[in-house]
Amino acid sequence: MTVRPRGRRRSGRTPALLLVPAAAALAFLVLPVVGLLVRAPWSTMPQRLTDPGVLTALRLSLQTATIATLVCVVLGVPLAWLLARVEFPGRRLVRALVTVPLVLPPVVGGLALLLVFGRRGLVGGWLDETFGITLAFTTTGVVLAEAFVAMPFLVIAVEGALRGADARYEEAAATLGAGRWTTFRRVTLPLVAPGVAAGAVLCWARALGEFGATITFAGNRPGVTQTMPLAVYVELERDLDAAIVLSLILLVVSVAILAGLRDRWITAP
Amino acid sequence: MDHRAVTPLLDAHLVVDRGGFRLDLRLGIAAGEVVALLGPNGAGKTTALRALAGLVPLTDGRIRVGDRTLEDVAARRWTPTELRPIGVVFQDYLLFPHLSALENVAFGPRCHGVEREEARAVAADWLARVGLTGHARRKPRQLSGGQAQRVALARALAVAPDLLLLDEPLAALDARTRLDTRAELQRHLAAHPGATLLVTHDPLDALVLADRLVIVEDGAVVQEGDAATVTARPRTDYVARLVGLNLYRGRGSGRAVEVDGGLTLTVTDPVEGDAFVAFPPAAVALFVDEPHGSPRNTWAGTIASIQRHGDNLRVVLDGPVVAAADITPAAAAHLDLTPGRRVWAAVKAAETRAYPA
Repeated sequence: MTVRPRGRRRSGRTPALLLVPAAAALAFLVLPVVGLLVRAPWSTMPQRLTDPGVLTALRLSLQTATIATLVCVVLGVPLAWLLARVEFPGRRLVRALVTVPLVLPPVVGGLALLLVFGRRGLVGGWLDETFGITLAFTTTGVVLAEAFVAMPFLVIAVEGALRGADARYEEAAATLGAGRWTTFRRVTLPLVAPGVAAGAVLCWARALGEFGATITFAGNRPGVTQTMPLAVYVELERDLDAAIVLSLILLVVSVAILAGLRDRWITAP
Repeated sequence: MDHRAVTPLLDAHLVVDRGGFRLDLRLGIAAGEVVALLGPNGAGKTTALRALAGLVPLTDGRIRVGDRTLEDVAARRWTPTELRPIGVVFQDYLLFPHLSALENVAFGPRCHGVEREEARAVAADWLARVGLTGHARRKPRQLSGGQAQRVALARALAVAPDLLLLDEPLAALDARTRLDTRAELQRHLAAHPGATLLVTHDPLDALVLADRLVIVEDGAVVQEGDAATVTARPRTDYVARLVGLNLYRGRGSGRAVEVDGGLTLTVTDPVEGDAFVAFPPAAVALFVDEPHGSPRNTWAGTIASIQRHGDNLRVVLDGPVVAAADITPAAAAHLDLTPGRRVWAAVKAAETRAYPA
């Protein structure tokens, strides 16, 4: 944790060449949010908030983002551990592959998912024929799309935490008779818990806002695959005020949860 | 009891190659015996400890504890750390920061299949033995250095290891805490029924805590024996410095030993062939003029440095041999000592010790 010095650390004026762009950046980030608040239809807000369509989309968004985060934690933490602790050939390549969804446009990701998990896809076709399971254009598909784009955030955060954690604690655990699994569960995981929590929050926020991969792979069926960002997009064409209300809800929910978790988890103990 | 008469509990030949550095060490420790592995930094002490713990693989050699072969390179046998009957106290203890003192100590028994409640009882018992009953619920960051050291010791002993390994167990403590902790550590090591290996670069730790010293330099044993033998008859400059003796190697014939530098020292112990001569700095007298009479060894040298040494002054002389001399401030006042000054050194034959190399 950095120690903030009391008062100015150095005398002299802050250079304008830094101050002006910094102020512009801040305004650029904050003004759109202010715009949302100013343009919001406050008079009709109570009716709009209780609109069943709004609540359905909100519930779907929260559920899918949370399940997607769980999927990412369950699969991503072991992957991060593998990358941080086990020497294997091609580790650099694997690490690069993990970050691909991070830079891939979500629409492309959605298309890729469709080609693999769609009903005629490589894996999707087999799932459909063997088990009768369809993923594309279902709620499960939404979770899949969100997990796909959000997982790199978790893996990168947890791998960083693992690399920062002192591996000698794991040696100490081994000298006490702990096998690798016990060591992971009782020593490594508790040591990197803040990192896992931070990664999970990032991951959840990314999943909640996911649009491109979702609409491509899971479609836009109200109550089934229409999450909040999709609802905002649809309402934008029909009713601007409704879109603003949905956006505000999304804003409030994500900021509230981020703030709540931040105090609990993300700040160092 | 002579420990070496029985088969040692630990019987190891450790060979570890690491980028230009080679450790080659034979080590036997009897049950109940405490052996100190003493040596300068970089001698390979910690590597030896890590090899015994299975944290560093052997390049060659083997490790046996009792009738179990833990590692044998020729037989392609290797036992992972968690299956070795060991306990380790690390230099900075490595107490798990998220667990209380009690949970830290209970960790080992739990991993050895002891039920939770029983493991906690064992841990509480060990904390009581190291005098920390009231600190059971504290997290490591709430413990002082000395307390953390005791928790680390209790944690290592709670699994009843056949082989207890301690890596510089007192190095992280301040001088005052070290004194108390050393005395307490000695009590616990004496009570430990298994073999104990203590790695240290502090000769005092080694002399107080160990039954036997094994001195390593550059990855190899240069001397071993009990404290009395090692301190009386050092065999390398490092050991001589540790125990505060002047040490020279030379060739003996009867009561004369010709040491490097062409100087011949007269000694009272007859030796033949390669031999060491040792004498304490306090046995060296300094004179302005060449002294005569009495069976003394004398030679001329120049003063290289003068430092306080306890109540005396330690004068280091260059010359045919480098020698340290301890003289009283009163004697120093008579001699008008300044670096670069030429003086005569004298040592009585009766104050030297000569022994075969």
